[in-house]
This record gives sequence, C-alpha cells and structure tokens, in this order.
Amino acid sequence: MTAAMAELWPFLVLITVGFLPNEIWRVFGLVLARGLNEDSEIVMWSRAVATATLAGVIAKLLLFSNGSLAAIPLSVRLGATAIGFLVFLVARRSVFAGVAAGEVLLLAGGYLFAN
Amino acid sequence: MPGTGPLPMTFQSATAAYLGGIRSAWTSVFLLVMAGTYIGLGALAHDFGLSALWLMLSTLFVWAAPAQVILISGIGTGAALLEVALAVTLSGIRLFPMVVALLPLVRDRDTRLRDLLLPTHFTSVSMWVESLRILPQLAAEHRLAFCNGLSTGYMGAAVIFGFVGYYLAAGLPPLLAATLLFLTPLSFLISTARNARIMMDKLALGLGLSLGALLTVMNVQFDLMWAGVGGGTLAYAIHRVREAMA
Repeated sequence: MTAAMAELWPFLVLITVGFLPNEIWRVFGLVLARGLNEDSEIVMWSRAVATATLAGVIAKLLLFSNGSLAAIPLSVRLGATAIGFLVFLVARRSVFAGVAAGEVLLLAGGYLFAN
Repeated sequence: MPGTGPLPMTFQSATAAYLGGIRSAWTSVFLLVMAGTYIGLGALAHDFGLSALWLMLSTLFVWAAPAQVILISGIGTGAALLEVALAVTLSGIRLFPMVVALLPLVRDRDTRLRDLLLPTHFTSVSMWVESLRILPQLAAEHRLAFCNGLSTGYMGAAVIFGFVGYYLAAGLPPLLAATLLFLTPLSFLISTARNARIMMDKLALGLGLSLGALLTVMNVQFDLMWAGVGGGTLAYAIHRVREAMA
C-alpha cells in the first residue's frame, strides 16, 4: 500500500463498511414509506433483530474490552454493569441513575483491583 | 389539565421553525444521553487509533451510535471487513421502520422527494422519538424545517461531545479513561432496556446478550450476525407463539 492509500484507507472503510450498509435501510424506508405500519410483522421482526445485534455488541465490549478498560478485571466490569442495571430498575427506570451508579462502581473497583 | 399535553408550538417562518428545532434538541433529556454516548465513542475511537476527523465524519455519515460502535471496534480489533459490514447492516435494520413511520408526519401535499432526503438521513433513535412526540403539534408547513433543526441540533452536539471524549481519553489517566470507555456498553445496555416496550424487546435484548457472549467466547465466525438474526428471530417467534396462545 502506498502512503496516500494507507492514509485514505480508514475513510474508504468508513464509507463502504459503515455508511453504505447502514444508510441502505433509510433509503429503503424512503422508497417504501407508504403502506407499512409500526405493528406490521416485518417491522416487529426487524426491531427484534436490531435489538439482539446491539445486545451482542454490548456483550462483546464488556467481555473483551480494549485499551484502558481491559486493565479493569472482568469481575469488576460485569459487577458494575449488573449493579448499574439493578439501580436503573429500582430508580424507576432512570437511565441516568443506572449509568452513574455503574460508573462509580467501576471507578471504585478499578481503583482497588486494577491489574 | 391532565392529559392535554403541551400547547402547540407556532412559528412565524421556516427559519424560526428550524431554530426552534435546534433549541428543542439542546434542551431535551436526550442531550444527556447523547453526551454520554458520544463521549464514550470519542474515547473508543481514540483508543483504537482512529483520527478525530474520522470520528467526526463517521458521526455525520453513519449517524447511528450502535453502527459506529460496531464499526470502530471492528476496525480497531482487525475484524474481517465483510463481518463488520454485516453487523452494521443488521444494527441498521431498525432504521427502516423508523423512516417509514416518520416521513408521513413530515411530508405534506407539495413536499418534493429531495426535501425528504435530509430527514431520511437524519433518522436515528433520539431524533425519531422527539419528532414523533413534537411534530403532530406543529403546523404542517413548518414540520420539515423543525425536524431538520432538531436533527442538526443533535448532530452538532454529537460531533462536539465526540471531540470532547476523544481528547479527554488522550489526556486522562488510565483509570478515568477506562470509565469513559465503559460508558458505551453501560449506557447502551440501560437505554436499550429503557426503550424495550414489550416482552419481545426484552427477550431480544437478553438473547442477544447471552448469544453474543457465548458465540464470542467460542470464537465463532460472524458471531454478531448469528447473535442478531438468531436471537432476534427467536424473540420474535416466542412473541408470535405467546400471542397465538393468548
């Protein structure tokens, strides 16, 4: 690869692997915007698949963390996530409360048990 | 009076409606979620050695935080590009029904197709939730401008918070940088649970988490695709069976 190519490569990947595979669904929506309602079966299925895909990414990021998060032990990452989630449920489904609690626990656990 | 909701908003011109949209974005609760998400994404991009310019362009072009997480971590860990593209497209399926539901609200009789290109590209979770809540209260001729203003407001905030996370991650001690990186999985998990409306959504979340973890640990190829299609279809099937039995 030439130097210019190496520099442009991440942007090429951004367009082909990030932009196009994502944008195509918006364009489909624009083309087919008539005649589908929110409760139609295909819409329900696509929502379930999109949710499960995102959940898979979350699991991956938690189990195989990168960079400085990898220095925090797995047990601390999973524990902070579980307790943050519990706080979210208890605090009348407040996203802010859950995220704040999880972050504080990660910080404390990381401080005490960092590898 | 309970149940009447906020008063309808009125604007003098399209420009006023556009500015009203920006103001609405910057004063909504989603701005906090967006701050957390994009500060985390900025830290992630920095950690994987991508440039700040790349991060900004990915926000402008992809404009979907889940797809951006998949893209950044995929490029960063050197995953096969086909695999990353598949995972991105699976995460993007949800945009399709969202556009389908949004456009009838934005369009009136003499809206041209090219006027719908921007709201189509701007469609993403936070903008969509707010548009569906606010647009019905507006006069039809101002909805398009308001919607574009709302989206510009969110997108501008996302770009700024992305830079904040990127440069914070570069300068912070490792433990604090780790808490920034932790924002992405944690806030995604909790806000997805928050958005789960019916049992099917919760099932899809739980199955995706467990299948994703299992397949990743087993080092299965295309793990995200299987977790998404497998977990999502299973959740949908269980939902159908339960409905049929009810």
